[in-house]
Amino acid sequence: MTETQWEKAAGNGLLNRRHLLQLGLTGLGAAGANAVFGQEAGSALQIPEWSRTPGENASAYGGASRFAGNLQRMAGTPDPIYPGGGSSRSPLQFLQGTITPNALHFERHHAGIPDIDPAGHMLVINGLVRQPLVFSYENLLKYRMVSRIYFLECSGNSGALLRGGNADGTAQSLHGLLSCAEWTGIPLSTLLDEASVLPEARWVAAVGADAASMGRSVPIEKALDDVLVALYQNGEPIRPGQGYPVRLFCPGWEGNISVKWLTQLKLMREPAQFRDETSKYTDTMPDRSSLQFTFPMGVKSLITSPSGQMNLPRPGIYQVTGVAWSGHGAIQRVEVSADGGNTWAEAEMQSEPGAKALARFTIPWEWSGGSAVLQSRATDSAGNVQPVRDEVLAARGTISFYHNNCIQSWGVDDGGAINNVYV
Amino acid sequence: MSTSRNAVTFGRILALLLLAGWVAPVGSQETRIQLGTPISEDQLSGFDLIAAPDGSGMPPGAGTARQGREVYELNCLRCHNVNGEGVSGNTVIAGGDMRSEESPLRTVGSFWPHASTLFDFIRRAMPADMPKTLTDEEAYQVTAYVLFLNGIIGEDQSINSETLTAIAMPNGNGFVDQSHLH
Ligand code: HEC
Repeated sequence: MTETQWEKAAGNGLLNRRHLLQLGLTGLGAAGANAVFGQEAGSALQIPEWSRTPGENASAYGGASRFAGNLQRMAGTPDPIYPGGGSSRSPLQFLQGTITPNALHFERHHAGIPDIDPAGHMLVINGLVRQPLVFSYENLLKYRMVSRIYFLECSGNSGALLRGGNADGTAQSLHGLLSCAEWTGIPLSTLLDEASVLPEARWVAAVGADAASMGRSVPIEKALDDVLVALYQNGEPIRPGQGYPVRLFCPGWEGNISVKWLTQLKLMREPAQFRDETSKYTDTMPDRSSLQFTFPMGVKSLITSPSGQMNLPRPGIYQVTGVAWSGHGAIQRVEVSADGGNTWAEAEMQSEPGAKALARFTIPWEWSGGSAVLQSRATDSAGNVQPVRDEVLAARGTISFYHNNCIQSWGVDDGGAINNVYV
Repeated sequence: MSTSRNAVTFGRILALLLLAGWVAPVGSQETRIQLGTPISEDQLSGFDLIAAPDGSGMPPGAGTARQGREVYELNCLRCHNVNGEGVSGNTVIAGGDMRSEESPLRTVGSFWPHASTLFDFIRRAMPADMPKTLTDEEAYQVTAYVLFLNGIIGEDQSINSETLTAIAMPNGNGFVDQSHLH
């Protein structure tokens, strides 16, 4: 295949997205077409073995195909001095569309996953309210609920890349503290109204029922806006690792504030100044001042395929695809570069982007066999444009590592090996 | 003819009444489910663990660092090491200097803006392998000890809800609230 066959959209092989319709080729490229199915080119096609024997019976709870790749979260090794502390990361490079399956949604726990019997779980609302209340799980299920699709991202996601150094890794290991699901639950405002919030209340301190009793303070404006008391995730009861039986969900905001295993909401005049909103999740600037209560996750995108630690088997056509999201609204546009940011082409959105939800983009690319640097740059509905790494470093220095939304650069060498690079 | 004119008139009157808020349209009033069980703050005294900078939520009790040393050795030393030096990155709880040339070590003494957070966090989350096993008295004592290790109070200074919240932490003015920026 010659390089000039397709209409170019930007440098180093990015093709006009009209070719999405015209090519009829995805993934491996035309050069591989002869070798597929393990059969000789030109031979007659055979009925495969699995069409000749009845298969497995229906199962109680389904799992993935054993051929579907390494569909596993990546968890750190347990640390005896930090019982239950740690995280597991979503395998972004193996997922498509925008919804993360529940079994693969990322986790971050500070004292493990509690084994909560909902019959004994309480949700208390107290503090600056006319009437303190306690809700049982059984009663929460009786309220009117709404369903919304939202991303969730840990503010520590991608943090290592700000500090620099050797960061060879996959989309999963570098950026896997990111997921997206349909969350179903009760608008928090409904429950707050029932307790009748006093006018002097400015913050809602939320506390979880895990061994860490994780606490975070939410401003009252947000609490009355779009925050959910979520009970279901992608249609099934929220899993224990995500806060069963009930979690707070603060759309678009750093993950830690969506307190899991939610057991208390206390209306207060001032923030509670919990450890996880002072000692942690705060960003120290070069002048040593520290930014606190940085809530919305900035506009961001990431190419998930081809991505870190993958290998392009041969020159030819590839679909470049990835995800984009913003805590400030919906994704308006994603541009892709194959030459390290010198030229850009607008990618196609695979479905209509929702507010504070993952959006997926795609664009065809013809890899010539030479070196390339693949990047994506998102713009959101509020007009925010994803910054390059140097801009983030110039503004914030290297002490802080939370809230990194810089452009990811994947270097492709002339052998087709892909790795994180700093440009 | 006349029936339909009456209907129109009736419709007009209804619309006026609706506008004036005298008649509720059928089906438009959302059923308000109210299923929370009323409780009193007294019932929550052992449940609500939020100890805030204004002193709210702090239980009675007091303790000194001298008393807290033993609590620390029994309950904290195994993970936080002598003098709060830590055994890993996230278990260092003393020392550090925000003004150092390199990336500063952020600890209770060098970084935390409020002393109340220390009592609040210890009471809810520490010791990490058996949280909520300290008495309030012991939590005050070991809070005092960690403050002492950081050079913030003397060994015999009594720490209670009032003296704790009166402490000005070294980096108390080091934070910039971003919560208005949404
Ligand atoms: C089993 C190990 C273990 C024991 C015992 C333990 N801790 Fe911790 N402690 C930790 C870990 C791990 C963290 C970090 C937790 C995290 O980051 O979520 C921590 C965090 C802390 C912090 C916050 C550090 C920071 O900068 O954010 C303080 C303060 C603290 N511990 C005090 C104590 C005190 C006081 C005791 C004894 C009463 C104690 N710990 C017992 C493991 C332990």
